[in-house]
This record gives sequence, structure tokens and C-alpha cells, in this order.
Amino acid sequence: MRLVIVLLGVLLLGGVKLPLEHHLFITRAAHRLQSTPLDLNLREQIGQLSFVAALSGFRAVIADFLFIQAHVAWERTEWSRVLLLFRQVTMLQPRGILFWDMAAWHMAWNASVAAFNNPAQPRLALRLKAQREYFDLGRDFLERGLQNNPDSPQLCEALGRLYRDKYKDHARASAYFEMMAAKPGAPNYAKRFAVYELSFCEGREREAYERLMALYATGEKERLPTMISRLKYLEEKLDIPLDQRISDAVRR
Amino acid sequence: MAAITANTLTELTRLKVFYVLLLFALVLIGSSIFMARLTFQQEFQVLKDISLGAMSIFTSLLAIVATARMLPQDIEDRTVYTILAKPVPRFEYLVGKLGGVLLLLTITTLIMTALFLAVLSFREQAALAETTRQMAGLPQEQLTEALRAVRAATFNADLIPGISVLFLKACLLASLTLFISTFATTNIFTVVVTVFIYFIGHLQGTAREFWLQEHGGSWISRTFLAVVALLFPDLQLFNLADEVVTGAAIPLEIFLKTAALGCFYTLIYLLLATAVFNAREL
Repeated sequence: MRLVIVLLGVLLLGGVKLPLEHHLFITRAAHRLQSTPLDLNLREQIGQLSFVAALSGFRAVIADFLFIQAHVAWERTEWSRVLLLFRQVTMLQPRGILFWDMAAWHMAWNASVAAFNNPAQPRLALRLKAQREYFDLGRDFLERGLQNNPDSPQLCEALGRLYRDKYKDHARASAYFEMMAAKPGAPNYAKRFAVYELSFCEGREREAYERLMALYATGEKERLPTMISRLKYLEEKLDIPLDQRISDAVRR
Repeated sequence: MAAITANTLTELTRLKVFYVLLLFALVLIGSSIFMARLTFQQEFQVLKDISLGAMSIFTSLLAIVATARMLPQDIEDRTVYTILAKPVPRFEYLVGKLGGVLLLLTITTLIMTALFLAVLSFREQAALAETTRQMAGLPQEQLTEALRAVRAATFNADLIPGISVLFLKACLLASLTLFISTFATTNIFTVVVTVFIYFIGHLQGTAREFWLQEHGGSWISRTFLAVVALLFPDLQLFNLADEVVTGAAIPLEIFLKTAALGCFYTLIYLLLATAVFNAREL
């Protein structure tokens, strides 16, 4: 009799709670607050115990332990291990912007330099190839990070810097800084950075000049040394009439 | 009822359950010392993750272990007969018992939160001082921006709803454990079954979505998933901490709905426990 009461009560509760839980699940998913499902391949990578822990509501903690391991691997310059661990970390916590950013930084800035200066590889072409591959790994982390966190100005900035400093692709760098400027909470320098990069693009000098002048006109706070220098360069290049040029008094 | 609650709390306190807090403090301080090697953003993210993870596991364990022993202990000591011989309804007895555990969980959560915020504040002050020292001589605007970044990486108003939801999960587990203990024969059985439900509860969301979204599969697997979804609470819904740490804002609507679901479960399991306990021969 007691068992029947228990079973009936639990099933009745199930019938009531199921729509409530489903509704909450949908609301959370709409606000991007629902954890992404874990890939079964991850089980083989992080081990059975960690996988169970991750499934039991401790995926952030497991991600942190892996992140600390990645930090140690970085100190030992074990680049393949850094890559593997960061792939696991970002799979566990795809909403952690810091993890995507750090993973990309290690690949594109640290591992790429190590690959280029690899004393075990005498052939320059192969060292350049390895360096390029690490750039691509960094870019891949950032692009996937941005797919998971489309509102993040930080990841747009990292992509902008990657294209500017590593690929020397100023048009794409400008596009990412522009994207960053459009994100909520973007820093003030985002627009400036976008136009600086545009000013390096062949054939787009006029557009860059007009946008730099628009920023220049907004006030003293925008008139920083790099802006003045880029404006002066464009004035020369576009042969802007003397009376329309910015005052030489601001030349720094 | 208040007397039973107070008595339960005193009993639990005598069990030295507050040693859990000491362990929590050690985890917190130990991890924060280790993480001084990381940058401030990494350090704060890891510190928050580990602290909230530790809070989640300690409150859940406390809820399960403290509740599982209450009824069998009272039956063994024959205290339950003395209490129920007086004009105390069985429902009030259970509410009193659960109230004692919930009070204990409240005190524990408050102390852990205070410890966590104190360590976070201490580390923030250290990071602010270091940033000010490193950026001495740079324009004021840049310094202000850097200090703002440090502050933004430390405290987040959404930490409080995140911790509140962890507390609600612990309340739910306490009520569920009480329900199981009304028909369980031993302490160990209650703890093991609740721990299993804890694990299944975290996987339940996946099972429910698979079932509701009609992904196909055999009728056996679909029936199994339906039973899992109907029988077990979705505990993954009570995990907002991961999102809070990554900086996501928790809308009030989601917090209130989660809190309402937590209260609903706690109440329902209490009612189920009463139904079973009323039918039990003592």
C-alpha cells in the first residue's frame, strides 16, 4: 500500500513538474544560459571520473583544473599538451570568454614564436609553416569563441589584434575592431582602432581619412598621437588642400 | 514545531557539521594562494568557480547526510515515540525536522558566502594595489580603466542569485532525503539512493529533452527516458553558478522561476514524506 502511495505521488509530481521544467529550460536557452551538451569524445579525453563530475554539475570546476594543467604545460612549453587541454577546457566551458582568449593567445603568440625559433628545425620554410599553423589554431579558437559568445567585444578585439599583428591583414583587422565597437560594453578605443587599421588598407585611404576626421572633430579626447600621425600621413597621400588640413600645432 | 526545529538544529550542531566550513575555508584560502601565480582575471574566474563548486558540493552533502540520519536516529533512540505520543501531528514533526536542517543549511551557506566574499575582497585589494603600482606614471584615464577592469573581474551582483540557487538545490535535496528516509530501512540506503538521484538529476535534462523532442529511437528507450524524466528532478536547472562566473547576467525572471521550482519541489517532497510517514506503523 505504502509503495503504491509513493509511486502514485511521484508520478503525479512528474506530470506536474515536467512542463514547468521544460518551460524553464526553454527560457534559459533563450537567454543563452543553458549548458551545452557534452560530447562523448570528451569522456575519452578527460577520463571517466572527470566526465561524470562534469555531468554532475561540476563542469566549471573540472574546466578550471584542466586550465591550471594547461598553465603548467605552458610553463614547461609543452605546446601540444597546451592545445589539447585548452580544447577540453573550451568544450567544457564554451561561455568562458577568458578560456577562448587565453587559448588563442597561447597558440598565436607563444606557440607560434616557439615554433618559429625551434632550434630542432633547421629549415626556415618548415618553421614558417609551423608558425602559420599556430596562427590558424589561435584564429580557430577565437572564431569558435565568438560563435559561442556573439556579444563579446573581447574576442572581437583579440581577432582584430591577431589579424593586425600576426597576419598583417589590416582590412580584416579593421572589420573585427568595427565589430567590437558595435558590441555592448565595447571600450572607447574600438572605433579608433578600426579606423587606424583602415588607414593602412590600399585603396581605402579616402574612407579612412573621412572617418578619422569625423573622430577628430568629436573633441580633444580623441586626438591622440597615433590619430594625428595617421591623419597627417593621409593628408599627404590624398593631397588634401592645405586649408583643409589639421593644424600643424597639433602635430606631435 | 519550533521546539522540534530548534532541537534538530542543536543536535546537528553537536555533530560538529561546522567542520565542513573549516574544510571550505581551507579549499578557498589554499586555492587563492596557489592562484596568485595567474593573472587577476584568471585568478578571479578560477577562485569563483572553485568556491561555488565547493559550496555546491558541501551544501548538497550536508543536506543529504544530515537529513538521512534524522528519522532512523529518532526511531532508534525512541525519541519519535515520545514526541508523537504528545498532540504533535506527524506533519508538524516532519516540518520541524526539515526546518532544523534548512536552518543549518542557511547558517552554513551564509558563513560560506561571507568567507568567499572576504577572500574575494582581499584578493581584489591585492590586485588593485598591484595594478596601481604597475601603472604608476601612466595617464589617469588608463589607470582608471585598468582598475575598473579589476573590479569588474571580481564582484558580480549575479553571484548572489547563483549562491541562492545552490542553497535552494540543497533544500530540495534535504526534502527529498527526508522523503526517502520515511520508507527506507537504513541510513546508508537513504544516502546511497539520494546520491544516485543527485547524479541522475543532473543528467535528467538531457533525458527529458531527448524524450520531448522526439529524436526517434526504440519504444523501450523512449519509455525509459520518459520514466526518468517523470521520476527525477532536473537538478541541472539549479546550476546558474557556471554562467554567473563567466559574466552572464541572470534575468530576474529566470531566478524567480528557478526559486519557485525549488520551493515547489521542497514542498512536494515534504508532502510525499508526510503521506508515507502517516501510513507508517510506529
